[in-house]
Amino acid sequence: MNVHQFDVIVVGAGGAGLMAALYASRTANTAVLSKLYPTRSHTGAAQGGVGAALGNIEEDHPEWHTYDTVKGSDYLGDQDAIEFMCYEAVSAVYELEHMGLPFSRTPDGRIAQRPFGGHTNNVTGKPVRRACYAADRTGHMILQTLYQQCIRNQVNFFDEYQVLDLLLVNGYAAGVVAMQLSTGELHVFHSKSIIFATGGHGRIWEITSNAYAYSGDGIAITLRRGIPAQDMEFFQFHPTGIFKLGILITEGVRGEGGILINDLGERFMEKYAPTVKDLASRDVISRAMHLEMQAGRGIGGQRYLYLDVRPETVNKYAAIDGRLRPDGSPYAVTSGEILSKLPDIIDFCRTYLGVDPVTQPMPVQPTAHYAMGGIPTNKFGEVVIDEKNTVLPGLFAAGEVACVSVHGANRLGTNSLLDLIVFGKHAGLRAAEYANGAHFIPLPADADDFARSQLDALLHNDGKERPAKIAEDMKKVMNDHVGVFRTQTGMEEALTKLGELRERFRHVKVDDHGKIYNTDWLNTWELGNLLELAEVTTAAALARQESRGAHARDDFPKRDDTNWTKHSLAWQSTGKIELRYKPVVITKFQPKERVY
Amino acid sequence: MQVTLRVFRYNPETDKKPHYETYQMEADPTDRILDLLEHIKGYIDGTLSFRRSCAHGICGSDAMRINGRNYLACKVLVRDLGSAKITVEPLLGMRVVKDMIVDMEPFFVHYRSVLPYLVNGDPAPKQERLQSPEQRERFDNTTKCILCAACTTSCPSFWANEKYVGPAAIVNAHRFIFDSRDQIGAERLKILSNQFGVYRCHTIFNCTEACPREIEITKAIAEVKNAIATGKTE
Repeated sequence: MNVHQFDVIVVGAGGAGLMAALYASRTANTAVLSKLYPTRSHTGAAQGGVGAALGNIEEDHPEWHTYDTVKGSDYLGDQDAIEFMCYEAVSAVYELEHMGLPFSRTPDGRIAQRPFGGHTNNVTGKPVRRACYAADRTGHMILQTLYQQCIRNQVNFFDEYQVLDLLLVNGYAAGVVAMQLSTGELHVFHSKSIIFATGGHGRIWEITSNAYAYSGDGIAITLRRGIPAQDMEFFQFHPTGIFKLGILITEGVRGEGGILINDLGERFMEKYAPTVKDLASRDVISRAMHLEMQAGRGIGGQRYLYLDVRPETVNKYAAIDGRLRPDGSPYAVTSGEILSKLPDIIDFCRTYLGVDPVTQPMPVQPTAHYAMGGIPTNKFGEVVIDEKNTVLPGLFAAGEVACVSVHGANRLGTNSLLDLIVFGKHAGLRAAEYANGAHFIPLPADADDFARSQLDALLHNDGKERPAKIAEDMKKVMNDHVGVFRTQTGMEEALTKLGELRERFRHVKVDDHGKIYNTDWLNTWELGNLLELAEVTTAAALARQESRGAHARDDFPKRDDTNWTKHSLAWQSTGKIELRYKPVVITKFQPKERVY
Repeated sequence: MQVTLRVFRYNPETDKKPHYETYQMEADPTDRILDLLEHIKGYIDGTLSFRRSCAHGICGSDAMRINGRNYLACKVLVRDLGSAKITVEPLLGMRVVKDMIVDMEPFFVHYRSVLPYLVNGDPAPKQERLQSPEQRERFDNTTKCILCAACTTSCPSFWANEKYVGPAAIVNAHRFIFDSRDQIGAERLKILSNQFGVYRCHTIFNCTEACPREIEITKAIAEVKNAIATGKTE
């Protein structure tokens, strides 16, 4: 058995993992395990910006950011954690800048900011410029910058190591088991602290903006070890994915003045969000799009609408809205400005659609995008394992895999990158602090048994089922029944079908029986994770008898604050899903009706 | 349309030497080459091995040789190739581990050798370090790099001598040399002026053509050469 020992192990090398590693490695011997080369992580796909009330262009306050986030969460976010994040945001963004992040700049040399959905001036209700951006590749810049600083600080990396299991000894986290993909060998990493930063699980759905790697590994691994998953029914569908492909078109397009248009040529968001219109929060817009398409107003009756950022369209509606530039002159854009602020999405459209957004509107549809739910933690990144928020010593989670919960029922745009840097940092600090006061807990001799049994079970299966076919069927079921709008019968049908898929998965056939880069085995193991999370998502959604944020159902169309202002916790270690609930932390903002 | 994929295959656990397999399939002109590889892996032969993650040209995992040119498999469509006969091979100049998977470690060794991180020894201000839009624009081009290795592995100078740091490393040095906030540009220029540095570049432009991020790599290399010659990075 290959055994390594580190004070702190970070699993995952996206924004949260790298931030955690940078901070933990200052005081503790730290290693990062990542199934991808770190710069392949999905943080790199984030486009529009990171939210922080710097007030570089107009008046803004962390308190406004806090309120907007609480409101955006549809009052399911924990307000103490949200306040913490929004106040930490300002120094966190400056810190990224000091690390070298090449933000776009204002004429006076400060970090540039743009409007984003749900971010408002709390006095006027109008959109506020809070998203700090680097063109439309902010996530790419964050990922690169953090990786660069990790190299500078000589952080230990184990690239292309797939973590398969978490080791718990007497209620303490004690290590992980990982497969070195290049050799197929299992390695045991013995540690005092473990930080999961493995990202999301949007590959459950057919139309998704998520990377192949987004297979929910962290949540699936912890579920198998008896740790619950929180608020899994809340998954964000981003309004503007490229039709059929699901590739993300940043909300920054609408921040720069882009407009959503239906088949009648109407700017339909006026009907649904009269004040901020196309800059309402994502759940509101995705639902509006769904309703428009259901009413036959998709383009040519099809399942897409137009996102129009042609200068003539932007300028027409900016004039109607009375939008002004920071200097008070009327807002107007040229095609050159659009090109310089949104180069990557223009490139995507040209590459995949043959459409030039400067001269043609883009066909878009809602795309599965972001997990609000995940491994429950407190605001220090410590994993909490029950209704009383009991801490599991030595175990931490940060980033999309975690549920603090700062996003509640719906995340605001730009708050995911913020979540990564704030909670990545604090999880890293706390994990190192914990490790420095703890001893290594001896591991049992059979530490890698459970991982090995998973490996062997899939390899030596004699079934006939192709994993790709099971994945295809799962994605379709989830898109049809557990998407933007949900119904009782649809979710029940989904649960039945997912049960059948789980049974088929027991007879799955892996073609590749080798050890070196056995990606066939790996993809199949990942599919097992996705199937489990699809089932948990659906069960939690079926149980929640209200509509809130990203969870909308036809039979319970209203939010029910009396009965449902609570977080769900789902356990699945015995193969059966058990749901319990814990209260939401409400400090300053009492729930009220949510209008944009 | 019907397409024929001719795919490089090598499994170190079973094959003495590489060979090519041919697969016929139905494809849409708008399919990504990655979609075709996924189809083979999912429905024909699960042993086919390649790296991929984001599937839209951002993560840099799936750089490979397609019809004799480097692309990201997720960023080139069937219609872009103008042919129903498609040959897929691993990147040149790298050790093939299995099928399209090559050993990336030497590539990252070169990357790390140019000190690819911002160094500024002055105490950090309370807010951001100021940088004008013009200063920011100066190195915008090279901030786009996703470390996919398409450029370096298309470079004949790199094929000739793998000790050459290669275009990707120079691009990442450029990104900091011309950043007004950085203070160790001179050190990077010294590293790149050695015998395996920028002077190995013979402006063949393969790198620029191969770059899926449309970075003007040859121009960036020329700017670094010029900075070495003049000592100026303005």
